[in-house]
Amino acid sequence: MAERRLILLALAALAACVAFMAIGLRGNLAFALELRATRLLALAQVGVAIAVSTLLFQTVTANILLTPSIMGLDALYLLGQTLLVFVLGGIGYALLDPRLKFVAEVGLLMLLALALFLPLLRQRVDVNLLLLAGVVAGILFRSLTALLSRLLDPNAFSVVQVASVASFNVVRPDLLAVGLVVTTVGAMLAWRMRHTLDVVSLGPDIAAGLGVERGPVIAGVMLLVAALVAVSTALVGPVAFLGLLVVALAEWIVGTRRHHLLLPASIATALIILVGGQTVLQHGLGGATSLGIVVEFLGGLVFVVLLLARSRR
Amino acid sequence: MSALATARPLRAVLALLGLAALFLASLAIGATGSSPLAGFIDGEPDLLAVSRLPRTLAVVIAGAGLAIAGLVMQALARNRFVEPATTGTAQWAMLGILVTTLLWPEAPLVAKTALACVAAFGGTALFLTVAGRLPPTQPMLVPLFGLVYSGIVEAAATFVGWQADLLQYLAIWMTGEFSGVLRGRYELLWLAGGGVMVAWWVADRLSILALGRDTSVGLGLDYAAMMRVGLAIVCVVSAVTVSVVGLVPFVGLVVPNLVSRIIGDDVRTAVPWVAGGGAALVLCCDILARLLRHPYEIPVGTVLGVVGALVFLWLLFDRNFRG
Repeated sequence: MAERRLILLALAALAACVAFMAIGLRGNLAFALELRATRLLALAQVGVAIAVSTLLFQTVTANILLTPSIMGLDALYLLGQTLLVFVLGGIGYALLDPRLKFVAEVGLLMLLALALFLPLLRQRVDVNLLLLAGVVAGILFRSLTALLSRLLDPNAFSVVQVASVASFNVVRPDLLAVGLVVTTVGAMLAWRMRHTLDVVSLGPDIAAGLGVERGPVIAGVMLLVAALVAVSTALVGPVAFLGLLVVALAEWIVGTRRHHLLLPASIATALIILVGGQTVLQHGLGGATSLGIVVEFLGGLVFVVLLLARSRR
Repeated sequence: MSALATARPLRAVLALLGLAALFLASLAIGATGSSPLAGFIDGEPDLLAVSRLPRTLAVVIAGAGLAIAGLVMQALARNRFVEPATTGTAQWAMLGILVTTLLWPEAPLVAKTALACVAAFGGTALFLTVAGRLPPTQPMLVPLFGLVYSGIVEAAATFVGWQADLLQYLAIWMTGEFSGVLRGRYELLWLAGGGVMVAWWVADRLSILALGRDTSVGLGLDYAAMMRVGLAIVCVVSAVTVSVVGLVPFVGLVVPNLVSRIIGDDVRTAVPWVAGGGAALVLCCDILARLLRHPYEIPVGTVLGVVGALVFLWLLFDRNFRG
């Protein structure tokens, strides 16, 4: 039953991709197809990165409301980026190879994520407190980024702006190759960990009884999540509630949290929302270019509904 | 008890002196003049009267008003960790101004602010209704819900602003700053000062309100009417500050919590301390915002975003790990 739904989901995702490539094609076919293929590749990477990172994060924290972006990881990535410009100076930063910069930023995010969040996740803090602290930390990172970019001189600031201008409409083509490597490796690692993750999701005590140490798994997952968040934030900027929306929908459709089903289902759902949503907004709703805002709004509503439903129990 | 009684006037005098010092410092700092005291010595009365004095007054009133609005909001929601900017009130006010600007572009500022106030009232009432149904055993749910609710309203405002090409205006309302304050452009803020006075007047009833509906009714309080008065204070202060200087976050959250740690929970005793503390906090941050990149300025909302979030995190963890 769940397998059949997964296949249907995958077919729908494929259909969304085909529609994205094919609808309204005219003029110079080669040019249009190349342009669309680049954007499709970017959207697909973002979808995979967000689906995998959110699901993994929810599993190790044992909470379906806790996602990397709610804990402020994407804001932390942007802060790290601004910090690099601040330290290296505008010209020094601009002279570096974009791929090298990206690797440096991923490393920085991994370090910061481990230093700031790991101690918090290891303890058994009240989950609501953890969520609240994460949201406030996100505000703190965003304000610090704003403060730092005000302290930069205008040249350095324009460098930051170019690096962080990414949105669903302005993807960064120079990072597609690096991103492809990171997302592929990340998704494969997550797939290989799927049985361990099933055990971890049973709770720390049962997991320990079954011979899985929670500590190393959390640390490893944090590193993986940091890399994936870096990819999606670098390509399209922060997307607050997309991950939550995707995993909640996927779980509702396949009706299980077993990772060998939910992981591919989440990826397919992410593709449907991102690629399908972009197609609909481009061709259906008169070229409205605001997928990010729509997703933010709907995802926020889903978050509230889940929060209220959980508190009822 | 007697030690407390003698210590309190001394503390009050010291606090007033500190506030006065900050006030004078704020008057003395600006982009013109080579020395900090240029504003006084060079005999530029116009500069003081037109720009620096109005600005400093605006900072004081906004700071006091926002801190009091936070105090009242905490009584209304019966939760320590909320304030108008994290319960959607300020965001609804923003949405109200935005929609008014769209539908009635030539509206005077007073009309825009009034409509913002109406929007804030409705939005906050909705927040309080939902927050009241959350289980009281999980106190962290209320601020969490509030933050996400504010985010949703802000996303809606961004969507409207995007569709109407008004994103630039929206950015002005979203980050509060006092650099635009001149004589003749900030007087609406005095309404927030009125809010502080009303809060002081009804302080005892607010204390009772914070005990919940049943206790309030049992003690003879007109619960519904008092809720409306509290909501009105919060909404007027939020709408006025958003429309005159923009969104200034965390003042209403940080100041009442710090004050209650020092002098306790009684609202009547707390009101002057909270108002003064709010004024002092915003004065400090505004001075910092002007000095960090002198002679340029950083929006005070940005500085407070950093300072306020840090203090908020400290409050959250200090409370939960020690108590």
